[in-house]
Amino acid sequence: MLKRFRLEEPESVKDASDFLARHGESARVYAGGTELLLVMKEGLIQYERLINIKNIAGLDEVKLDDGVIHLGALATHCKLASSTLLQERLPAFVRMEKNVANIRVREVGTLGGNLSFAEPHADPGTVLMVLGAKLVAGKSSSRREIPVEKFFVDAYETCLEADEILTGIRVPLLPSHSAVAYLKFGYLERPSVGVALFLAVDGGGKSIADARIAVGCVGPAPKRIEEAESLLKGKGFDEASRLISKAGEIAGDASQAISDLHGSQDYKEHIVQVLLKRAFHQAYGQCQPGGKGQGGLHG
Amino acid sequence: MAKVTSKRVKGQLIPISLTINGTLHEIDVEPHELLLDVIRDRLGLTGAKRSCDVQVCGACTLLLDGRPVSSCTLLAFEARGREVMTIEGLAQNGKLHPLQEAFIEHGGFQCGFCTPGMILTAKTLLDENPDPTEEEIINFMQGNICRCTGYKKIIESILAAAKKMKASSSRI
Repeated sequence: MLKRFRLEEPESVKDASDFLARHGESARVYAGGTELLLVMKEGLIQYERLINIKNIAGLDEVKLDDGVIHLGALATHCKLASSTLLQERLPAFVRMEKNVANIRVREVGTLGGNLSFAEPHADPGTVLMVLGAKLVAGKSSSRREIPVEKFFVDAYETCLEADEILTGIRVPLLPSHSAVAYLKFGYLERPSVGVALFLAVDGGGKSIADARIAVGCVGPAPKRIEEAESLLKGKGFDEASRLISKAGEIAGDASQAISDLHGSQDYKEHIVQVLLKRAFHQAYGQCQPGGKGQGGLHG
Repeated sequence: MAKVTSKRVKGQLIPISLTINGTLHEIDVEPHELLLDVIRDRLGLTGAKRSCDVQVCGACTLLLDGRPVSSCTLLAFEARGREVMTIEGLAQNGKLHPLQEAFIEHGGFQCGFCTPGMILTAKTLLDENPDPTEEEIINFMQGNICRCTGYKKIIESILAAAKKMKASSSRI
């Protein structure tokens, strides 16, 4: 059962930030509430004030802005999944969004809330990491952009300052001859392992021009695995195919997997390797010059 | 995460008006009140059930402006100015909705605890996709759990309702 709290409903980022600055740890930003209310109902955490930021205009926009895709922090998972702009430009992201939790959570839960709450068993952060996204944080007097890799500090912990609010996510457009794949595995309500891969091939489609790999859900926070990426970059397809198991092993080792209800550390590391291999073949097929995934596709 | 605070918080009342099954209600709610409790305990509509209490099972499903939400984890003030539909509001003038008829005809429920949530979620599906495949039904309904495990009959009921609704709309 929820304990009593007060509700504040600011209409600007500045006012919301001022509330946070004034009330410190006794207040928390509230958007969809799909994560926050669960822990409050359990009595694990209690706030004197929730600051509902849904009355701040414009924070749920999804638009193409100066060559970058801007995702408003208050856009719900359902809104993102049904955006025609995203279906055209970032279909892998759309497919991930369509499979977040269930229809009721997607209807209410927001992307910004998902990222800010930093629950380890979540999908969006891992995908945004290989997309090269930056998170926009605002407060009363300033705003800054944070690369996704720097945003997650630990389980349930981000680098947002006490009076900062995540206002949007900026995702660069994908280059031609590239694709993104996101594969996840789990048998509980939340995912146990998530692997995201961005792959770009050269003009002829014969070799790997660029690769970005991120692993999520297995440990405290999603993690970019550059050591595994460098193994693939510049290699021809046949050689990269031979090396992908090794890249998966490196990714598993570096993923900071922990043993918990979702599985043992060894088990999760093995699944990372399996999923990376599948993601590689899926993404490679889609980023071929003749492939249907040109410009980034399918998860 | 922040620490648990024990300070007493003063009450705050938020006046809201909302439409429930077509009837306008004006009530005061406290910020921490959940929509499920307001609907069940204050308005006496007990079709929506509290079960898992963590948005996983779908027994507390209500429609907010036609879209399914978990009322066990939705603050009641969020319904201000919006339309709520519960299972009690689905039949029109005493006539059951085709989904309700199909669930009866095809044995789409056993104990019945999950049924209001199942039917309201299925209504959302058919509103946006009047002719779903079995796979689309399974995908859409995967967040609604039936512990009698009567899924096959539930899917058959939804397919039958879709067929019936399509046939009646093509007659108009």
